[in-house]
Amino acid sequence: MTAVDTISPTSSGAGIFGLVSEWLMTTSHRRIGRLLVASSVFWMLLVVLVGTLLSVERISSTSDLVDPTSTTQLFSFFRVGLIFGVMAPMTLGLALAVVPMQIGSQVLAFARAALFGVYLWIFGMVIVGVAYIGNGGPGGGDPQMVDLFLVGMALVVAGLIVVSASIATTVLTSRRAGMTLIDAPIFVWSSLITSISLILTLPVMAGALIYVAVDHSYARATFGATDGINSWVGWALTSPQIFLLAISTLGVLAQIVGTMTRGKQPLRGGLFVGVGLMSTALVGTVTQSFYAVQLDGELADIAKSLVPFLLFNALPILGVLIVLGLCLLAMKNEKAKPSAAFVPAFFGVGMVSTGMLGNALLRISNLKLSNTVFEEAVLVYVGYGVILSSLGAIAYFGPRIWGRKMPTIPVIGLGLLGALGIVLAALPYYIAGFTDQPASRTTGSLGDNSQIWNSVAALGQAIFLLVTVAFVGLVVKSSRDGEIADDEIFETAQANV
Amino acid sequence: MSTTAPALNSGPKIAMRRQALVLTGLFSAASAMLMGSMLAIWLQFRANAPLRESSDGSKMLRDWLPENIKIPEVATNTMMMTIVITCIMAQWAIYSSRRSDSNHTSLALGVVLLTEIAMINAQIAVYLQMNIGVRDSSYTMMFYSITATMTALMVIGLGFTLLAMFRSFASRVSDHDLICAHAVYWYSLTVIFAAMWFVVYVQK
Repeated sequence: MTAVDTISPTSSGAGIFGLVSEWLMTTSHRRIGRLLVASSVFWMLLVVLVGTLLSVERISSTSDLVDPTSTTQLFSFFRVGLIFGVMAPMTLGLALAVVPMQIGSQVLAFARAALFGVYLWIFGMVIVGVAYIGNGGPGGGDPQMVDLFLVGMALVVAGLIVVSASIATTVLTSRRAGMTLIDAPIFVWSSLITSISLILTLPVMAGALIYVAVDHSYARATFGATDGINSWVGWALTSPQIFLLAISTLGVLAQIVGTMTRGKQPLRGGLFVGVGLMSTALVGTVTQSFYAVQLDGELADIAKSLVPFLLFNALPILGVLIVLGLCLLAMKNEKAKPSAAFVPAFFGVGMVSTGMLGNALLRISNLKLSNTVFEEAVLVYVGYGVILSSLGAIAYFGPRIWGRKMPTIPVIGLGLLGALGIVLAALPYYIAGFTDQPASRTTGSLGDNSQIWNSVAALGQAIFLLVTVAFVGLVVKSSRDGEIADDEIFETAQANV
Repeated sequence: MSTTAPALNSGPKIAMRRQALVLTGLFSAASAMLMGSMLAIWLQFRANAPLRESSDGSKMLRDWLPENIKIPEVATNTMMMTIVITCIMAQWAIYSSRRSDSNHTSLALGVVLLTEIAMINAQIAVYLQMNIGVRDSSYTMMFYSITATMTALMVIGLGFTLLAMFRSFASRVSDHDLICAHAVYWYSLTVIFAAMWFVVYVQK
């Protein structure tokens, strides 16, 4: 099968250095995608580890597990790392590896540019990591390291834009003859929407970064020095921007369900509409507005804030619900064949939608949930939901790339355990948000019953860390000595679902 | 008796692969969002600047543009006109390319290159004539940020022109897609520059 990535004879002849250079200079979309996914897996393990550490630190307000001067930087690293180190590259990496295969294209459009984008992202993230170590993140104490952080973020943003442009160009220009966009598989559609959303939103972040970087390098007067980073770039590290990175979770779920039901998807156009609706979060992102609602006062005043609130917070949720509903409708098909990858993909979308619902609550001003741990719970639900969905995507698409199956029971088990971990890691913070537990803090008064909620959250983080480590091990093992995949899975790789 | 040879029906028409054009369109959109966001922040700072009396005391002005700064409007207006000429020349390159006229395509692209260099030269002249430091005030810091970003986009366009020109020199007449993409980039850059010119140089 052409879909399987094999080692060419030249590489084996040239030895390990030949193989490494072949990987580093590759123009194969499967290799570029795997390079990006593998790099993001490293950041995933690091970010979940930091999340676990912070949760444990929060159990007791007198704990000294983490140096108190580092907590601000660690909270910031968790957010930046999860969004730009894991969610974005993992989503785009999967698209790089899979999309050309699904649209019948042998190659990725501007493959070298995409590879360059991947390297920009890798170097950018390394610089960001070094800057954090040197106390240089947002609000950091070392000005030179803060400058370094801003440079790193600029590289990360530039890399992600280049990769997104390559994916979008591939989908728009390299579909096989006769395949219109509406005929394209739903994962392709969701990847296109994600790519275009990032192409339109990340430059807005780059514009703010340029101002902040120039100000920080020369005057530190206009944009608020190191604290100004969060003020001017913070919108890119929270909702609704993170929803754009969750669009492809819908594509992954619908793709898996489509294969399970052998293309018998009722109202297929509805799936496209659902994915498109989720991208309406883009409007809230580029305007850098949260559209909160105040549910008291005159009816006219309530309506005035309620309409934009519903438009920008409820529409993306409606998109998710449409896709979930249609997928469940398709599952009623008697001939539906179960797939292990469905479990993590389904729960991934479930976590994302719970995070989006939480975000809608967060924007109701009367509840006073802003600046509480409720906000962090939204990030954990959406961010970890995207990770869980990506694990499902790897379990589904992986065998189509390396030609070996992943074992069913462990994938299902890890999917269920991952969902449990996310719920335990995030739900207590939803509750603690109502008891006014402050965000990004580990000391001082943490609110009523904080010890209980924070202990449960720490347990959830630890479970999720275990799941991610176990899944990485499972992928490595099954890609080496897993059962050889049969032809059937390749037939569904380009299935019109 | 029919003289037509029997043949199979032709397959579905293969879509044109205008990859360079599509990629340029996406990059242009990204450039527009980049400069749009920077202009939006500029406008926000300008709108929030404190009020001060004018030098003759007759009216209140926003204390945004420092009194000692004079923008050389001849150079900035010339830049605006030059970029329009660049677009016309880029369109001439398309016209010639469509007729497989490699000589005129190269000539048109050569003129485009000259006008681009002229614009970058004019931008440097603006910096030299204004003679301000980045640290002087919020205005100067933001002025350098936004105009330097615009110049960087122009330098990218210059590289694009060089690429298109060298391929035209090599008589790659099939590169019509690339010439179109080149023109699209400069059209979009013209619109972006016009917005920046109006906000930064005209309205100040």
